Amino acid sequence: MSSFWRRHRSWLTPVLFILPGIVLFGTVIIAASLQTVWVSFHDWDGIGPKLWVGLGNYVELLDDPQFHVSLKNNLIWLAVFLLAPPLGLALALMLNQQIRGMRVLKSLFFIPLVLASVTVGVVFGWVYDPTFGILALIFQAFGAKAPALLSDEHLVTFAAAFAALWPQVAFCMVLFLAGLNNLSDDLIGAGRVDGARGWRMLRHVVLPQLTQVGFIAIAVTVIGALRSFDMVAVMTSGGPFGSSTVLAYQMFQQSIFSYRFGYGAAIATVLVVIMAIFIVWYLRGLIKAEERSA
Amino acid sequence: MYPRPIAPTAAAHRTIYVSLVALVLVLWLLPLVAVMLTSIRSFDEVMAGQYWNWPKKFSLIENYTAVFQQTAMFRFFLNSLIITLPSVAGVLVLATLNGFVLSRYRFKGATLVFALFVGGNFLPAQIMMIPVRDLMVKLGLYDTFYALILFHIAFQTGFATLFMRNFISALPDELFQSARSEGASPAQTLWHVVVPLLRPALAALAILTFTFVWNDYFWAIVLTQSDAVKPVTAGLNNLRGEWVSAWNLVAAATILAALPPVTMFFLMQKHFIAGLTIGAVKG
Repeated sequence: MSSFWRRHRSWLTPVLFILPGIVLFGTVIIAASLQTVWVSFHDWDGIGPKLWVGLGNYVELLDDPQFHVSLKNNLIWLAVFLLAPPLGLALALMLNQQIRGMRVLKSLFFIPLVLASVTVGVVFGWVYDPTFGILALIFQAFGAKAPALLSDEHLVTFAAAFAALWPQVAFCMVLFLAGLNNLSDDLIGAGRVDGARGWRMLRHVVLPQLTQVGFIAIAVTVIGALRSFDMVAVMTSGGPFGSSTVLAYQMFQQSIFSYRFGYGAAIATVLVVIMAIFIVWYLRGLIKAEERSA
Repeated sequence: MYPRPIAPTAAAHRTIYVSLVALVLVLWLLPLVAVMLTSIRSFDEVMAGQYWNWPKKFSLIENYTAVFQQTAMFRFFLNSLIITLPSVAGVLVLATLNGFVLSRYRFKGATLVFALFVGGNFLPAQIMMIPVRDLMVKLGLYDTFYALILFHIAFQTGFATLFMRNFISALPDELFQSARSEGASPAQTLWHVVVPLLRPALAALAILTFTFVWNDYFWAIVLTQSDAVKPVTAGLNNLRGEWVSAWNLVAAATILAALPPVTMFFLMQKHFIAGLTIGAVKG
């Protein structure tokens, strides 16, 4: 045994090192994800036998009005979330000064980032409350009556997405602050010598140096918008009348509440296909960046 | 630097600037401040619908004791700790091992393995929900701490591996050559040479993972049912339904749930920001 070990140690050790990680990640994450695709071709209540229906679930999705609502809402989430990179950049530009006291102020700006989505949901529940919320107070100050955002089927998705936007902006801000930290002083100096200032400096000298960070901020934001679940579950439960469901939430609802696991799996698969387009785009960007720096 | 630094001599400008930033900060955190104020308000004020003004009477101790005595919040809080701490430990161990192997050994399929770790991390939770739930039921782990711990370790290992691999491959090659020339085995090299140099990375990864796991809501509602195992996020959401009009108590519970990640963040802020940006930027 020991001679076998000595002879093969050089390759056995790394294999033993990486094996637990691969087995765990492989079964719980990768295999499970693939299994969901398999389940999506079946009718299944979660307990009984799986009944093969081929593409039946997907055909049903095409005509499911709730699915259309979810798709439309995911697009709304995406549109709202794409405000996060520019807003985060604006905050980062505002905060990027080294003055005594700024450190503390800066770190207080980061707080939304570490809050649980449930916390954010509870907090924005207060903001949106039509009688007591800060929004109601603002409307009252102008003599108007605040809309009940979370019970208005046209506004509810915007309300939930804007709540989730809060931590997302903080995240983009962190990325851009790091990006601003790595700006080349030479280029900025050269720009100043050439008389570039303010907006032109930002547009022609600063932003080109932030492309990588900007790319990451946008990619992470897009993925975040597509997989939004928590805020819908906490703030609206998909209501009123199913008007605020997103794909992730509809999947959960179909599986856990309606015991239609096959149908839920089909929704999850569609969601992943949509996301995969962005993930592939993101990974390609990362690999390119790695090749450039290597 | 951009924007141009405000000159240290322009004291007036500096004061104006800092006060403006402070004003934006108050607006930025206004929702949270309101919750904090509500958490120390008396029942009477809450009943009268006063949420946004300065509390007339402070009931800090009453409210927070009420949360601990009248609700299951303490249990949820404990549950979250029981779930989060082992998950963080597990992720650190697995990610260090994976990162070491993926950055120091060339083998067939290494790129594929790495791509799976990274790519899997971006998958939406729903794509693995049904089989994972099924697996936990079959293993008899459904509605136990182990279900959440096991899942979180597995899932977070994806991001954490990317993170540790980047750190370890940034270490100088000479380090590993001299370890080998002194006859150190890979395990010895990892433990005596690599790990001591990884302390900042491990700290950053620990606090990030802590935050991710503590804040999880989806898996909490998918893999647990009973109050005895429910973490603080799922517990808080239930509490909100049960204590509809006692907003000061719900607010206090909300603050309690947010306290550990926020405290961790302030204690290890540098690590947290470094971790987040390295994880994302160095990709």
